Amino acid sequence: MKDKSKYLRQQANEIRKQTIRAIGSLGVGHIGGCLSLAEVLAVLYFDKMKIDPQNPGMEDRDRFVLSKGHGGPALYSALALRGFFGLEWLETLNRPDTNLPSHCDRKRTPGVDMTTGSLGQGFSAAVGMALAARLDKKDLYIYTVIGDGETQEGQIWEGALLAGNRRLDNLIAFTDYNKMQLDDYIENENGLYPLEDKWRSFGWHVQTVDGHDVDAVSHAIDNSQKIKGRPSMIILDTIKGKGGCFCEGLLESHNMAVDEETWKKAVALLEEEVV
Amino acid sequence: MELENRWLRETYVDELIRAAQKDERIVILEADLMKAAGTGRFREQFPERTFNVGIAEANMIGCAAGMSAMGKIPFTHTFTPFSTRRVCDQVTLSVAYAGLNVKIMGSDPGVTAELNGGTHMSMEDVAVMRNIPGMTIFEPTDSAQLRAAFPQITAHPGPVYIRLLRRAAVKLFEDGCEFTLGKGICMREGRDVTIAASGIMTAEAAEAARMLEEEGISAEILNIHTIKPLDEELIIKSVSKTGCIVTAENHSILNGLGSAVAECLSEKLPSPLRRVGVADHFGEVGSTEYLKEKYGLKAKDIAAAARSAIAAKQ
Repeated sequence: MKDKSKYLRQQANEIRKQTIRAIGSLGVGHIGGCLSLAEVLAVLYFDKMKIDPQNPGMEDRDRFVLSKGHGGPALYSALALRGFFGLEWLETLNRPDTNLPSHCDRKRTPGVDMTTGSLGQGFSAAVGMALAARLDKKDLYIYTVIGDGETQEGQIWEGALLAGNRRLDNLIAFTDYNKMQLDDYIENENGLYPLEDKWRSFGWHVQTVDGHDVDAVSHAIDNSQKIKGRPSMIILDTIKGKGGCFCEGLLESHNMAVDEETWKKAVALLEEEVV
Repeated sequence: MELENRWLRETYVDELIRAAQKDERIVILEADLMKAAGTGRFREQFPERTFNVGIAEANMIGCAAGMSAMGKIPFTHTFTPFSTRRVCDQVTLSVAYAGLNVKIMGSDPGVTAELNGGTHMSMEDVAVMRNIPGMTIFEPTDSAQLRAAFPQITAHPGPVYIRLLRRAAVKLFEDGCEFTLGKGICMREGRDVTIAASGIMTAEAAEAARMLEEEGISAEILNIHTIKPLDEELIIKSVSKTGCIVTAENHSILNGLGSAVAECLSEKLPSPLRRVGVADHFGEVGSTEYLKEKYGLKAKDIAAAARSAIAAKQ
């Protein structure tokens, strides 16, 4: 267990470094909302998900929908580290003709299960995937991550209502609750509090955990898999820009310019980090 | 003009059931309009493949996209305005951009929304869907054509918008008629003017041809059931012969069939063209016949447009 925890922390650290390197060498990107995802991606892609990097289209694989599609670069780092494609692909991020566009694209990227970017839509697709999987009596999970800002979209609550009513216990959703959106703090702009109560009232099983603690995230997923008759929402208490020395906790980290000196220093600090 | 003895929606549901019996990938999604579509019969046979998601159209399209990503062939339904303009972003990104295979049925096009009035009367649904890359837009003319088209719609690997009259159509085609999605049909050959019509306007075009014949004008009638992709070859071939064209549609004259034909001909065969359709205004309550008269969608309006187009040839 201790070894696994360490391994997952190392993978989260690797996801961070690769993401900072990819966005940094491009010079600009959604760094903040990528870095807050590192632990959940590490736990899903390096432990929980039934997937095969050699066969990204494997029929009975678990699915992952990154509904906050601007977190694409973090997902690409996880997929590359997991072996879906080479790490050198990350150097093509957002360049012309890339297979790794700013927002997730199921047609371009091996391992990406749904095209996302227009907020709220990926979540509905995940609900549809869960309905289809249940219809076919498939033993698999649909995982999805929504943003806290994205939670302001009406479509999220349309999907939440349906998933709760249909008792989709094969659907495990996460909220990347980093408390910030592009313009301001969530609570200043259009607050979500009390977020747990909202999901619970829609018929969901709800947990809130430290989103940067791989053990807590892992344990919450284990709990969710045991819950029958309800979809699960795991609210990840996170920090926007987590682990980036130049952007952690900064409102400006949503989409920021990063120069070479800055990203190299940030990666060097993460290299030194004892995980 | 003789109406069929069954509403067109009944044929739609017959064909959905037939397709679902053959292909277990077919599922339907509804947003609280099953009674309007008559899909209760489908649910009786396939309860587990029927998903009535409530009044939440954006989520319906998103769920359908997700189901398609899992290998299903989902058919969604709501009224035309809510199948298009209300969910334009969901259809564009979650379905078309994502390369997924969802069939989107919109019922009660244009003036056929009748007593539901202006809020439910889409004059722009074809316009919305035309600008989405990869979208096929199909408007059946009668039950024989819908029946002939259905297996092709199911087999087509991409999204199709089915613009469906719910009520009884005028019978224009024989059962078992030949049909190819994307290929228009020359229903009557003529020399002086081409009339290209879709949906309920096809019967008006046929009537206009009879009126023109009495004046010694020979009109060629094309039924353009697939508005996108447009059968440019057929239109160019016809206008090469007749020298002018009238389009007739139960839709705004902006960015529907008339615009598609105008775009084609202005680039490839500039010719006098007149567009019969809704002249850039909203709908209102009224029977189909009342509104056709008020908005200039009758055979006499098509005939007048034909005379004008012919005069412009000189």
